[in-house]
Amino acid sequence: MAIHNLEEMQLTENVVIDTTKDAVVIDGVTKIFKKHRPLLRWSRKEQKDEKREVRAVDNVTMTVKRREIMGILGANGSGKSTLVRILSTLLIPDTGHVTIFGYDVEKDERMVQRLINRVSVEASFFKKLSPMENLIYAARLYNMPGAEARAKIKSILVRLGIPRDRIGQPLENMSRGMQQKVAIARAFLTAPIVLLLDEPTTGLDPRSKLDVQTFVRELRTVHDATILITTHDMDEAEALCDRVAIIDKGRIVAMGTVDELKRAVAERMERTTPITMNEVFMHYTAAHLITDADIERYGSWEKAFEAFEARKEDEKE
Amino acid sequence: MSSLLHQGRASYAFFERNWNLTKRYWGWEVVWLVYNVVNAISVTLIGAAAPELPGTKGLKIDTAPLILFLLIGTAVWSYLSVTFEGVTDMITIERWEGTIEHTFMAPISRFTHLIGSCWYAVAHGMLFTFLQLFVMAAFFHLDLSNANYLTAVFILLLGSVSFIGFGIAASVLPLLFTERGSQMSYIVRAVLLLISGVYYPISVLPGWMQPLARVSPATYVLQGLRAGLLDNKAIWSPEIWSNTWPLIVTGLVSVPLGVYIFRIAERYAKRTGKLKRNG
Repeated sequence: MAIHNLEEMQLTENVVIDTTKDAVVIDGVTKIFKKHRPLLRWSRKEQKDEKREVRAVDNVTMTVKRREIMGILGANGSGKSTLVRILSTLLIPDTGHVTIFGYDVEKDERMVQRLINRVSVEASFFKKLSPMENLIYAARLYNMPGAEARAKIKSILVRLGIPRDRIGQPLENMSRGMQQKVAIARAFLTAPIVLLLDEPTTGLDPRSKLDVQTFVRELRTVHDATILITTHDMDEAEALCDRVAIIDKGRIVAMGTVDELKRAVAERMERTTPITMNEVFMHYTAAHLITDADIERYGSWEKAFEAFEARKEDEKE
Repeated sequence: MSSLLHQGRASYAFFERNWNLTKRYWGWEVVWLVYNVVNAISVTLIGAAAPELPGTKGLKIDTAPLILFLLIGTAVWSYLSVTFEGVTDMITIERWEGTIEHTFMAPISRFTHLIGSCWYAVAHGMLFTFLQLFVMAAFFHLDLSNANYLTAVFILLLGSVSFIGFGIAASVLPLLFTERGSQMSYIVRAVLLLISGVYYPISVLPGWMQPLARVSPATYVLQGLRAGLLDNKAIWSPEIWSNTWPLIVTGLVSVPLGVYIFRIAERYAKRTGKLKRNG
């Protein structure tokens, strides 16, 4: 096992990682949620019509290289958060395997937990406690001595724009944006080797978004962290990610660098003017993946897109 | 050694977090203390009123032992309630706040997580119960010169181990059923006290309840405390030993069993996605 970076060994204490391996390997992962039958049935018809299974993640295979910032783009309910939860050891996949630097998320759960941290879309805290109290709790769980943790917490929070006089005040008195920054600070505090960011900037103002993006880049540069980020913000994906994967109905429908995806969609749409990431996203998550045959049939990519979206709306009604 | 230090630090994290929460919710602490004291006084007054009650009028009754008998029942009720709630609340509060995923993602053993929360619950319960006893003793001008305090503390601490085991097993309920689980854990706690002879000897329970009373640690805690405080029985006396060994057995069985049940429930929750609050 070749060890190339001794700094990382110090960071994670007793954890040896092989930096020649891919940081994250997701191999054929599927997760299906079953809806439970209610104890009381009011309407038999209603029960029959109801779909019993939700395929949240469907045979996903992908790898993330060490020090890479990988974006996962998808609509609400497309399976992004489920995938992040599987990587976070919070969900056990039905099929397939996930490894973090060669450690299996199910079999080597504790080891994986030392390597990762996660920021979820909702800032989950003990709201009556202050940022300092919440973060000290988190730091101790990750084996950080109190004095060291306090100094680091102050430094990260101030860096993220939390005023010093608010650090000891209850979180319930803070805005959602501020709470989200504290959530981000909690993840950064443990200097994870793999950082999972599940829509971390949702609800933040533009300046705060930029602060977070700068911090994410710094985490990669200074700590050699690998970052997997899910987002709805196409500008953020473009600015931050080395590669992006687009997930739709639990399946990865496209993956590559932003430029590669734009080129592919421009060719499909026969466009010479620049393509935006929004258009790339709309193309891959459209009601129906638009093929050359569709473009020929409807006259243009836009017309085909509109036709399929209209058909989807009709089906819903 | 390093791993032990980590688990110790993590265990302290739960103690410190719960202490911080107690400080922030101090108003509720006062409310529960007043509620428990008032409830305990009203139950114990039944003992003081014994010679006046229908069916006992005219009889000469020494109310002091009866008052102490009931007072011990109220103290154990308080202690078990606070400790049990402290243990099950470690999951319930995390469910409400949405922090449970973060805690479950931390690189610590489940044993550390559960025991870390429990030792705060025990310390909290002890403090709460002694405050209540102090107020009660002052209210009733009790003569406790015949009480063996060492036996009382010993029995309460030994019983705490079993209460922790039962509490850990019960905390599976809020883990799997966010709201209903918390409600169910209240019922478990109440039934545990009902079958354990909280204000009466277990011999008055219906026949079908008596086998249940024999497996409840609260039964032996109550009997041991009464023997120590009412009859000045020493720890090494046969009367106390007859309550000590069942508590050792239930403690040895209930804690590993509780942690085992919790692990099974955790795995089930991770398979079915029940750790997620929303989103």
